[in-house]
Amino acid sequence: MDDVVPLSLHVPEPEVRPGGTPDFSMVAIPKAGSVPRPPVDVDPREIRDLAFSIIRVLNREGEAVGPWAGLLTDDDLLEGLRHMMTLRAFDARMLMAQRQGKTSFYMQHMGEEAVSCAFRKALEPGDMNFPTYRQAGLLIAGGYPMVDMMNQIFSNEADPLKGRQLPIMYSSKEHGFFSISGNLGTQFVQAVGWAMASAISNDTRIAAGWIGDGSTAESDFHAALVFASTYRAPVVLNIVNNQWAISTFQGIARGGSGTFAARGLGFGIPSLRVDGNDYLAVYAVARWAVERARRNLGPTLIEYVTYRVGAHSTSDDPSAYRPKDESEAWPLGDPVIRLKNHLIRRGAWTEERHRQAEAEVMDTVIAAQKEAEKHGTLHSGGKPSVRDMFEGVYAEMPPHLRRQRHQAGV
Amino acid sequence: MARMTMIEAIRSALDISMGRDPKVVVFGEDVGYFGGVFRCTAGLQQKYGVTRCFDTPISELGIVGTAIGMAAYGLRPCVEIQFADYVYPAYDQIVSEAARIRYRSNGQFTCPIVVRMPTGGGIFGGQTHSQSPEALFTHVCGLKVVVPSNPRDAKGLLIASIEDPDPVIFLEPKRLYNGPFDGHHEQPVTPWSKHPLGDVDDGHFTVPLGKAEIRRQGSAVTVLTYGTMVHVAEAAARETGIDAEIIDLRTLLPLDLDCIVESVSKTGRCVVVHEATLTSGFGAELAALVQEHCFYHLEAPIARVTGWDTPYPHAQEWDYFPGPARVGEALVRTMEA
Repeated sequence: MDDVVPLSLHVPEPEVRPGGTPDFSMVAIPKAGSVPRPPVDVDPREIRDLAFSIIRVLNREGEAVGPWAGLLTDDDLLEGLRHMMTLRAFDARMLMAQRQGKTSFYMQHMGEEAVSCAFRKALEPGDMNFPTYRQAGLLIAGGYPMVDMMNQIFSNEADPLKGRQLPIMYSSKEHGFFSISGNLGTQFVQAVGWAMASAISNDTRIAAGWIGDGSTAESDFHAALVFASTYRAPVVLNIVNNQWAISTFQGIARGGSGTFAARGLGFGIPSLRVDGNDYLAVYAVARWAVERARRNLGPTLIEYVTYRVGAHSTSDDPSAYRPKDESEAWPLGDPVIRLKNHLIRRGAWTEERHRQAEAEVMDTVIAAQKEAEKHGTLHSGGKPSVRDMFEGVYAEMPPHLRRQRHQAGV
Repeated sequence: MARMTMIEAIRSALDISMGRDPKVVVFGEDVGYFGGVFRCTAGLQQKYGVTRCFDTPISELGIVGTAIGMAAYGLRPCVEIQFADYVYPAYDQIVSEAARIRYRSNGQFTCPIVVRMPTGGGIFGGQTHSQSPEALFTHVCGLKVVVPSNPRDAKGLLIASIEDPDPVIFLEPKRLYNGPFDGHHEQPVTPWSKHPLGDVDDGHFTVPLGKAEIRRQGSAVTVLTYGTMVHVAEAAARETGIDAEIIDLRTLLPLDLDCIVESVSKTGRCVVVHEATLTSGFGAELAALVQEHCFYHLEAPIARVTGWDTPYPHAQEWDYFPGPARVGEALVRTMEA
């Protein structure tokens, strides 16, 4: 071969960087209502298109249209709106609390509220989520007390986790929320194991795994898909594609794959993409997948197409890697505003009632915060005991830990 | 009572545990239909069905990760990693997840899993079928680490591990699967059927975790060891004629410090023997503990006899494996100090 040229490495780059004009022209968005709704026992080979399209219900006019619409009543939707507004208000207060030094760290959900709030509504008591750090909506929509969430964030004396976990890494078995890990992706395959155990035990409960677009690069993601596919585990595998893994755009983890959902196709897993900013669409797809799992039809992979409006965490500055106004250009809009507009269109809501509700929700969150702060914040007030630090490493404290606790003088 | 190999003892432990508790499930690569490459799980699928004992994809991460999820559900998975050398893809799941879940969730979720894996050399397995990774696990709070040296202990310790509420790393010295091994590779191996420790009770019994066993009483020097090296140390004591007290640690984490301190305080001398590499090996922890707790009783420096700090070489396996000659030299040197 005489025509050999030196090789060069392809490194994917986002469309724009800070200073540029936000550009989402590469995000192909089908019309609301245009994607068909297959029966839950569909042969996965017949719905391969759903891994490349986006299921949407709410159109630009705020109407619910198409085959995925019509599943929720006014009351359901008003409840969903309140959940999302509560999560947003909770975020605002906790972000401020972090800035005030009341905790070390916080991660907000701005722009992604519909994903976890609507998904939770499709589950039954006893089902188990294996969440990441951006699904607090599962707790809010599941009725977990906000005061307990705040106690966890403040690592105070009433922290259900005794000050052992980073803020926002909640855990509640009772509310179907598995203990969050900071090691990315590990929970995805554990969700499959939980679901397999439910099937082994001839139970009726199902599991849901959660992972971000960036973490799909972890081996745990692939292990989860192969085990879920092999044993047809009753699990819903959720990928939240919020476009950014801290500063790394989703194209780095996605590589040459068409979409994240398309990764499920090679495993024979029904794989769908959904408008993650559309409460009705998220609920409809979640319910479809949950029903499949419950009817022993096996796993479903769902990619939520959404956008992380806020920073990755309180330690992150997104203006360093993306245009400041990029979130405003996001073509799928704001999930709270979209649901609000839909409810107004339905005649079930008004701008005035929305303003009132915003104030009420904020009052509730502030009241919870006051209650939590009575138990202390990270640097002031009550703290979990140092003695407790040595408890719970094992079911029974072994002799070497007893010695160390003694050395620590507690 | 029946004479059993360690493989049969392990199988018996699994059988009894699965029979007593429907929550016990066994899975891993080749463990189902075929019964495992070392045959430890043979017959279990036939007896308990494919959902209690099954084959998995070749994904150690997947095996341990799903086991953790099953344990969170309420089952008691006892999984097999085909060789300890292959456990590294699952390392994150073991050390960051299994070991921590009880602590980080304040007991809301627990992780009673057992991860079984054949370990150690002596079968010409080369550098990817011979490793002894125990120190990588004893450094991790929340885990328990167990290494049996004979069939009776293997059965009792494995049943105890399966019944334990916390995650247990169960390292099976594969050189001991079929018989004790004193390090003399040119001599035929005596099968467990000709060894009293091959006498294993038929039914359910446990050997408690965290308790060492004195394999040989002695007054001149204490040998701290476990697994295959128990037999090598016994051979070295026999061949040198030194009155060594040999302690089979059996559980490395948590460790039976009282037994160690009592023995070294009595003998005043200590030799640590393990097959894993020297640097930052478990012997370093043992030596440090003996120094901390027995310093005023010591009459000689603590000696360590271990594998060399190289990958396990295939052709030079007998130069790598600590044999009775090297252990004997250390005993003599310690006695002369």
